[in-house]
Amino acid sequence: MSVVPASIARLPWKLMLLIAAIAIFGAVVLYSAAGGSITPWALNQLVRFVIFSGMALILSRIPVSVFAGLAFPGYAAILIALIAVELVGGVAGGSQRWINLGFMQLQPSEFMKPAIVFAVARFYARLPVGEIRKWTAIWPALLLIGVPWALVLVQPDLGTATMIAAGGVTVMFLAGLPLRLFIGAGMAGAAIIPIAFSFLHDYQQKRVLIFLDPENDPLGAGYHISQSKIAIGSGGFWGKGFLQGTQSHLDYLPEGHTDFVFATMAEEWGLLGGSALIAGFLLLFRWGTRVSIRAEDRFAKLTAAGLTATIFFYVAINLMMVMGLAPVVGIPLPFMSYGGSSMLTVMLCIGTIMAIDRDRRGGPGWT
Amino acid sequence: MKFPRLTPKHVTQASLSFTFTRRAMVLGAVQGGIGALLAGRMAWISLAENEKYSLLSESNRVNLTLIPPRRGWILDRHGKPLAKNRTDFRVDIIPDRLRDKDVVIGTLAKLLALQPEDVERIHEDLEKAAGFQPVQVSDRMSYEQYATVSVRLPDLPGVAPAQGYSRDYPAGPAVGHLLGYVGAASAEEYQERKDPLLITPGFKVGKDGLERSFDLQLTGKPGAKRVEVTARGKIVRELTTRPDTPGHPVRLTVDGGLQEYAGRRLGPESGSVVVMDCWTGDILAMSSMPSFDPNSFSDGISHLEWDMLSKDDHVPLRNKTLQGLYPPGSTVKPMVALSFLEAGLDPREAVNCSGAYRVGRGLFHCWKRGGHGRTDMAKGIYQSCDVYFYHFAQKMGMNVIASMAHRLGLGERFALPFPSQSYGTVPDPVWKERKYKEPWQIYDTVNATIGQGYMLANPTQLAVMTARIASGRQVTPQFVYNRNRKPADPLGVSGQNLRFVQEAMWQVVNGGGTAGRARLPVKGMELAGKTGTAQVRRITMAERRGGVRSNASLDWKQRDHGLFVCFAPFHAPRYAASVVIEHGGGSSAAYPIARDVMTYLFDRSKAYEILAKLEEGWGGSPTDRLRAKMQAYRMEKGMAPVILPSDAAIAMNAADAVTNASNAIGTPVGAGQDNPD
Repeated sequence: MSVVPASIARLPWKLMLLIAAIAIFGAVVLYSAAGGSITPWALNQLVRFVIFSGMALILSRIPVSVFAGLAFPGYAAILIALIAVELVGGVAGGSQRWINLGFMQLQPSEFMKPAIVFAVARFYARLPVGEIRKWTAIWPALLLIGVPWALVLVQPDLGTATMIAAGGVTVMFLAGLPLRLFIGAGMAGAAIIPIAFSFLHDYQQKRVLIFLDPENDPLGAGYHISQSKIAIGSGGFWGKGFLQGTQSHLDYLPEGHTDFVFATMAEEWGLLGGSALIAGFLLLFRWGTRVSIRAEDRFAKLTAAGLTATIFFYVAINLMMVMGLAPVVGIPLPFMSYGGSSMLTVMLCIGTIMAIDRDRRGGPGWT
Repeated sequence: MKFPRLTPKHVTQASLSFTFTRRAMVLGAVQGGIGALLAGRMAWISLAENEKYSLLSESNRVNLTLIPPRRGWILDRHGKPLAKNRTDFRVDIIPDRLRDKDVVIGTLAKLLALQPEDVERIHEDLEKAAGFQPVQVSDRMSYEQYATVSVRLPDLPGVAPAQGYSRDYPAGPAVGHLLGYVGAASAEEYQERKDPLLITPGFKVGKDGLERSFDLQLTGKPGAKRVEVTARGKIVRELTTRPDTPGHPVRLTVDGGLQEYAGRRLGPESGSVVVMDCWTGDILAMSSMPSFDPNSFSDGISHLEWDMLSKDDHVPLRNKTLQGLYPPGSTVKPMVALSFLEAGLDPREAVNCSGAYRVGRGLFHCWKRGGHGRTDMAKGIYQSCDVYFYHFAQKMGMNVIASMAHRLGLGERFALPFPSQSYGTVPDPVWKERKYKEPWQIYDTVNATIGQGYMLANPTQLAVMTARIASGRQVTPQFVYNRNRKPADPLGVSGQNLRFVQEAMWQVVNGGGTAGRARLPVKGMELAGKTGTAQVRRITMAERRGGVRSNASLDWKQRDHGLFVCFAPFHAPRYAASVVIEHGGGSSAAYPIARDVMTYLFDRSKAYEILAKLEEGWGGSPTDRLRAKMQAYRMEKGMAPVILPSDAAIAMNAADAVTNASNAIGTPVGAGQDNPD
């Protein structure tokens, strides 16, 4: 008999330890990015992490059926908010992404990333088993994904739009749609890319072109990628040492505490720190995937795997961006990049996956 | 419309769950694979390309700035500095980094109390400048002003304050034409040399005169400063500094004291003085007045000052000693006489001068209306009788005269360290045929023999001519001091003939000649010379009948040029000089100046006594007068007079700089390391 109460012992300690380790590492990097100061970023980030962790733990005790019930209403509410952004959203950073609620800035597209997973998972969970190989299994899902995707794309926010589409399509894939549909769509997509490119905004086109050849314009728009690669490359294996990064401390690295926080980290912690961080994230994805496989309910399976994929897309797109493998699209690195919205979203995902996990194990919860 | 069936396969709950597991595992594998790919990519950047990126990171972090080398000093023959360096605090604008031009310049104007014309000049320079080329805002700031600008740098992008050296010419306008001035390199100069030093703020190249000719020698090796900078260019700390190597000094043949005296003695006249050593050709003084102050050129001259200088009818921007061409007038007579002697003319042969001489259909007048009576060669020279030369020139022929003129340096171009020189004309039949496609006329010879007509020379050539007559050697003008310079080779002219001409020139001053008042006020020192008056207008027959108008009644531009060439001491010629006064009204404007300049060589205090009295009448030294003129010009243009930093303050700064420098190396003032003497 353990002294620790069962309800506490059953908490997913290993997982919480893992994300806490990543978040604390993130705070350490932010401490350095601020020139060796816990203000203005590191402390805020840690406080946020504690609050959102609490939120995730509370979420984890909610029965999965509640999430299932809220999937469509939540999706609808966020969709309305997205339309509202189009209509009344303030202009921030050259693109319309925020609604000012007075006490906080609301960025509905951020919440659409998990919401699309819930909605598409809910759709396939309710779809009669026999329908899965019919057209009726496809077009409603495409509509669910397409509308918010288009709304976010015109904001314009290429990165978030891509993530919404990727999250939704991943759930479609997991739901068991015929494989050849994805192969065919992938080939069609490859053919459409040049046409789609011409519809992009000038600055988006420029970013894509610069991504293809960042050295072409090292002082202009290619500056971000060039400086990020310099920061990562100059770190070497061991890194320059804590607080010793010159790229970040001398302001050569733009957005060194937000989107390019990985470069700030890599400069000081080298390949060693980078590999450890990537490994940490892979452990997180493995946990999510396992939860999804073990779940019994179809909604729970699709949601757990879809949300894991969503976190994965954050990490993958961000890392590809800072290493010059993807255009600069403004996707933050979970737990590391300074900012409340993305941490809230990611913790929402993790809380939900924890709930699914708890549900399977029949742990305590409110019914 | 009928949808085609997607698949005939039977789907069950279990098969869906199986598909999910399989696909989720594939997805997990893909995630792991991408994770590995990203780690691999990171390893590639940070290991394989580490060297490249480390270098880029270093070049981001470290900024190498060149420290402009101190320019070598220019010294006079006694080792006294004619051009040196003054420590100063400077502010430049780098056009490339400038964001809001008007705001920045406005702020600077307020901080540094810039004059409206300075602001105008800065705007003009900014328009002309290539982006990388620094534009000087001010380089004579006090330490307080320097500090004020420095603390505001974050709000003033593109502004670069610096501590440096600027060129200082203690003698000011007196050495303007001789030394030239320095300035920031132009875009063309940078294109040509591609040396990054040229676009370093504060670096100056020689723009004119000797500063330009000896530029390479005077330019030292730049120092370098490695500093850690932020992306915005803010300096975090200094890493290492390598000091500059000052340029080599250049020691001139010029006697600084004489140069300054000659310039001051010219006073308000528009004219020039060239003094040279008869044996070696060393140029002791080369003065063209009025002049500009090279100090203000080197500081970046204001539009107003430039305007004033370029509009002056006394052309202060022209170096008259080399670029001024004048009919030499009677100063060529000793040369012409020497050519006659060498061609075998007996100096005792005489002609009767009645005041005029008929050549063909024209009547040529002697300067003396009543005539000189019986005139032989000696009298022809010391009385400057034109008729003697009209007569014998026809007999001897133009080619005899022209070849002697060339032998004595007229019409010759010397290899001089100056960007431009005008070398005039010695006319002869071949030349006229070539130039005008007209045959040589007898009256051309008659005109040339008294240094009129086509004959043109610059004052330096006149000095060379005199030096060659005085020493009988082929001296050429020399500017670089060489203690062991040998006297020039002999001309190959008979010594007896030379002595005859020299004695006639002695008569000009000390006998019954035309320049009795040119005698030196120094006991035992005798001057020999020759006067000249060059007409710049045609005297009509009508005017001649009614009496030639006096020069005083004519417009300045219409008056005759006054010339005088001389050498001293007569018995052992050492110094030769030429003085040309534009529109001076005749040689009487020139020889007193020649006399006083020569006096300086033998008795300085006496020379300064004379000068002090004269300058009282003129309104002070050339620097004072230039400044007063500038103020008057400002008033005329309707601008407020400037309170210039007093001379005393500038002198103090300069003295401080020298003292500091000498303290540092522990040698007395005026004997710094740049100074070999």
